[in-house]
Formats: sequence, structure tokens, C-alpha cells
Amino acid sequence: MAGRVLRRLARSLLLLLASALVSYAVATAALSPRAYFEDRTPRPPTVAVDHELAALGLDDRTPVAERFTHWAWRAAHGDLGRTLDGESVNAEFGRRIGVSARLLLVGTVVGTGLGVLAGVWAAVRKDRVPDRAMTLLSFLILSLPTFVLALLLKDGALCFNNSVGHTVIRYTGESTPGATGGLLSRLGDRAVHLTLPTATVALGLVAAYSRYQRAATLDVLAAGHLLTAQAKGLTPGRALLRHGLRVSLVPLTAFLSFGFLTLFTGSVFAEQIFGWPGMGSWFLEAAQRGDVNSVVAVTLFAAVTVLLAGLLSDLLLFALDPRVRG
Amino acid sequence: MSGVRAWAAGRPAAARLGLALIALLCLYAFVGPHLSPHSPTDIDYTALSAGPGARHWFGTNRIGQDVFAQTARGLQKSLLISVSVSAATTALAALVGTCAGYFGGWTDHALTFLVDLLLVVPGFLVLVVVASRLRNAGWPAYAAAIAALGWMVTARAVRAMARSLRERPYVRAARHMGVRPLRIVRGHLLPHLAPFLITHATIAAAAAVVAEAGLSFVGFGVQPPDVSLGTLMADSAEVALTYPWMFFFPTGMLLCFVLAVNLVGEALRTRLDPVAAWAAVRR
Repeated sequence: MAGRVLRRLARSLLLLLASALVSYAVATAALSPRAYFEDRTPRPPTVAVDHELAALGLDDRTPVAERFTHWAWRAAHGDLGRTLDGESVNAEFGRRIGVSARLLLVGTVVGTGLGVLAGVWAAVRKDRVPDRAMTLLSFLILSLPTFVLALLLKDGALCFNNSVGHTVIRYTGESTPGATGGLLSRLGDRAVHLTLPTATVALGLVAAYSRYQRAATLDVLAAGHLLTAQAKGLTPGRALLRHGLRVSLVPLTAFLSFGFLTLFTGSVFAEQIFGWPGMGSWFLEAAQRGDVNSVVAVTLFAAVTVLLAGLLSDLLLFALDPRVRG
Repeated sequence: MSGVRAWAAGRPAAARLGLALIALLCLYAFVGPHLSPHSPTDIDYTALSAGPGARHWFGTNRIGQDVFAQTARGLQKSLLISVSVSAATTALAALVGTCAGYFGGWTDHALTFLVDLLLVVPGFLVLVVVASRLRNAGWPAYAAAIAALGWMVTARAVRAMARSLRERPYVRAARHMGVRPLRIVRGHLLPHLAPFLITHATIAAAAAVVAEAGLSFVGFGVQPPDVSLGTLMADSAEVALTYPWMFFFPTGMLLCFVLAVNLVGEALRTRLDPVAAWAAVRR
């Protein structure tokens, strides 16, 4: 058991290293920080550009392997380099990680929780109105690209605000700038700002997971041990909660890491559309400018969160299913 | 509720609806431009932000370009990308998945590691970075990039299925008779995987269109003066409520296509393999 966990960790670490290498290579091959400096007016002399690039560790005259080892060595010591403006990537990382982590965490929890609930409910009400309605609704949501969903939610909120007459749903940024008031009102303000972006990233998860959970719950409902539990006097509802839910959650764990990948991509759009200063909008900005160090920093963040999601879903499987612990 | 019930009960009808929608969209994308007198880049200074009407069927945008022609051009690109990406990812997933699953050993280890590696960083992020290089390369380059990053999940499922097929008696018999591995893969494995692959081809077709639109939407895809559904949506998202036709025609086409493909895919899935998709990923 301990050996398996260790092997799993070692593999994750290896994947992280390899993905750092690959994303660094792809970023240096595709992005051109030199163009960013040379496009300034008046056009700076080549020597000056060379000098600035060398200071950032992005000089394209040194071999990529050498630049990568240099970057990796510093990264291993906790320094992710500098942005094109000469600012510390670490500082920017620190400013933005909280914003993205909040969106990703709340999105995952809300999406998974509601998805499971909706799936169980649909299975229990199979072929009745709630089930049919949910099937149709999740099909429609799954046909809606995340960024379209975000735009529609934004427009919907705007219409709603206009019809009510004052701004009820605030959706630009992660908090109202210059908001005053106590801790409670500021928390409330943030919660309101969180609503639409969370809905954007979570609705897709709810739709997908509710389908899987519905199928798994239907499997369990047909299983003998639930009948036994009912024969011993449990109501159908209690039998499902105490003996069925756990079993039905097992297959879902296989989808959690894929689900997180989609959620992460969705969060990039959500941050961009709702104006959140998070990792996703930083990434788009940096890729536009050719800021290799920032781009690699965000891909590392993505890799770490995706691998964490994978590990968590494995742990969940361990907790739910005694057979895999053996 | 009768509408919902009819939808759920009559899947074939839904599939026919999907096919009809796809046919209509193809007709619009490839024949539409010949019916309209305007080209996507023409500027009509006498009709800025004009609503839909007799002269401009879908209206014009803020600089007087015809939305009907632009949407048709964007949709054309989306459809071409959709078909090519769908074919390429399905082939790649089938190749990698069957090789990893059938040969096992080091082939399996190496290919699985590759798949896992490509799944560590969300594909869309890589696509954004790669796209900076493709600025002037046209839609085939984008299609190639989208395909290169879209086959892994399917390959994983194919690998799992190939592993279980490998131990079937008739496959073992063929192996012991000395049939060459690639022939076994082609003759005995792929026919079994076909339903699953066809279903996934439809999913990939929808996903590719969405990926291209998203990429163009955030500014990394097709560059002006060329247009795609994504750039049309990005340009008009701010004014979607003031000039709805600029936003809702391209968005509507995108949604119609994804919905139609999903309708067909869903019908194929229930018809072709009720269990396989579910069981394979569950392992």
C-alpha cells in the first residue's frame, strides 16, 4: 500500500518535471520575447535588446537546453524568474494564485456536489418529469461552449439588473473596487462577484457528472444488497443513502481528473470574460506579449493543480472502495 | 411536458433533426456566399450597424460589413476544421490506443506516459501558446494543432478496450497461428472498436469547433481581416444587447452545429454501443 502511494507520487513528480521541460520548450519555440522588445517605438538598438533578453534569461542566442537548465535550477530554488517588465514572476504568482484558487476550488466543490445530487435525484425519479427535464437540460448545457455560457450569463445578468433597476448581480472583477464596510459586507460583495464565474465553470461539471452519477446510481439501485437492506427494514431512501451512495460514487472518481481539466480551461475564459485578475488572464496576457517565464509559470500551476486533482481522486477512491486498498 | 417526452422517447427523430441541421448549416456555409452579393470584407458605408433587412439579410456590423457573408465564411472554416480534426484525432487515438493496449510492455509504458504527459497541462493552454506561431498559416495549421492536442482521452479508452480484446480466444488463436500483429489489429481489434470510435469522432467534431472558436475568441486564432465564428463573437460580445444580430447569428450557428452533432452522436452512442463507452473508461 505504502509502496503504491510512493510509486504514484514518484510518477506525478516525473510527469511534473517532464511537463515543465515540454512547456518550456514549446513556449520558447512559439513565443518571441525579442519581437516584444523590438516592436517598441523608437526601435531600440539590437545590443540593448540582447542585453535586456540576457538579463531575463531569454537570450535566444544561448542554446535552449542551457536556458532551460538555468531556469530549472533557479525554479528548483523557488525563483521562477522575471516577467518582461523585469518584475518578479513569484510576486505576480502570489498576487494571482488566490484569485484562481478560489474560483477553481469553489467551482470544483459546487460542480461535483450539485452534479452528484442531481444525478442521484434523476436516478431515483427515473423516467419521471425531473429526470426527463434534467436529461434535456444537461444535454443543452453540454452543447454550450464555456465562453458562450459565460457571455450569456453576463448578458442575462445585465438584463436582470436593468429590469430590476439597480445592480443586483455584480460580475465585473472579483470585488467592487474601493468597497467599504465591515468584514461581513466585503465577504458578501466577494460572494456576489463569485456567482457568475462559478456558475460558468461549474455548470458544465454539473451536467456531465449528473449523467455519470445517474447511470451509476441506477446500477446500484438494481443491486441485491440494497434489496437486502430494505428487507431488513430500511426505507428505500435510507438504504440508498447508507449502502448505495458510496458504491455509486466509485466510478465517478475516474472522471474527476478529466473533469478538472475542463474546469481549468473554463476558468481561463471565466477570468477573461468577467475581468478577474487570476492566473488565466495572466496567461493570455503573457502569451500575447511573448513573456516566456510567465507562461511557463502558469502552465506549472496548471500542471500542479491537475496532478493534485488526480491524486485527490485516487485518495477518494481509496477511501470509498476497500478493494483497491488490499 | 409532451415535447420533452417525445424528445427522450424518439431518439431517431432527434438524430434526424441533427442531420437535417448539419445539412442546412453546410448549405449555408458553402452555398450561401454565392447567393449573397456581399463579400465578408466589403464595407458598406451607407449601412453601419444596420439591422437585418432586404439588403443585408443578417444586418451589418459596426464598420458596415455584411454579417451574413461573414458568418458564412466563419462557419465554413469551422466545418472544415471540424471534419479534419475529427478524422485526424480518431485515427491517432485508434493507432496509439490499439498499439499501447495490444503490444503492452514498453510500447504501452511509453505511450501511456506520453498520453499522461499531454493530459497534465490543459490542452487549451498549449494551443494558445502554439497558436502565436500560426498567425499567418491558415486553417489547416490550426486544425493540425487542435488535432494534436485532442486525441488523448479517447486513446486511453481505446487502450483499455484493446487490452481486454487481446485476450479474447479468437485473437489468441490468430496470434498462435502466426498472423502478423498489425494484421490482427486491423482485422480483429479495429472492427470491435469501430462503434466506439465513430461515437468519439462526433464528440471530436463538436470539440474542435468549440476549441477553434474559443481560441479565436481570446485573440489567438484566426487574425483579421479573416474571420471565424470566434472572432465575430469576440468583436460583438460587448454590444450583444444593443446590436443583437451581430452577436446572435454567429453564436447561433455555433450552438446549432454543436447541438446537431451532439444529437447525432447521442443517437449513435445508444444505437452502437450502450455499454462500451461507460465500461471502458471505468476500467
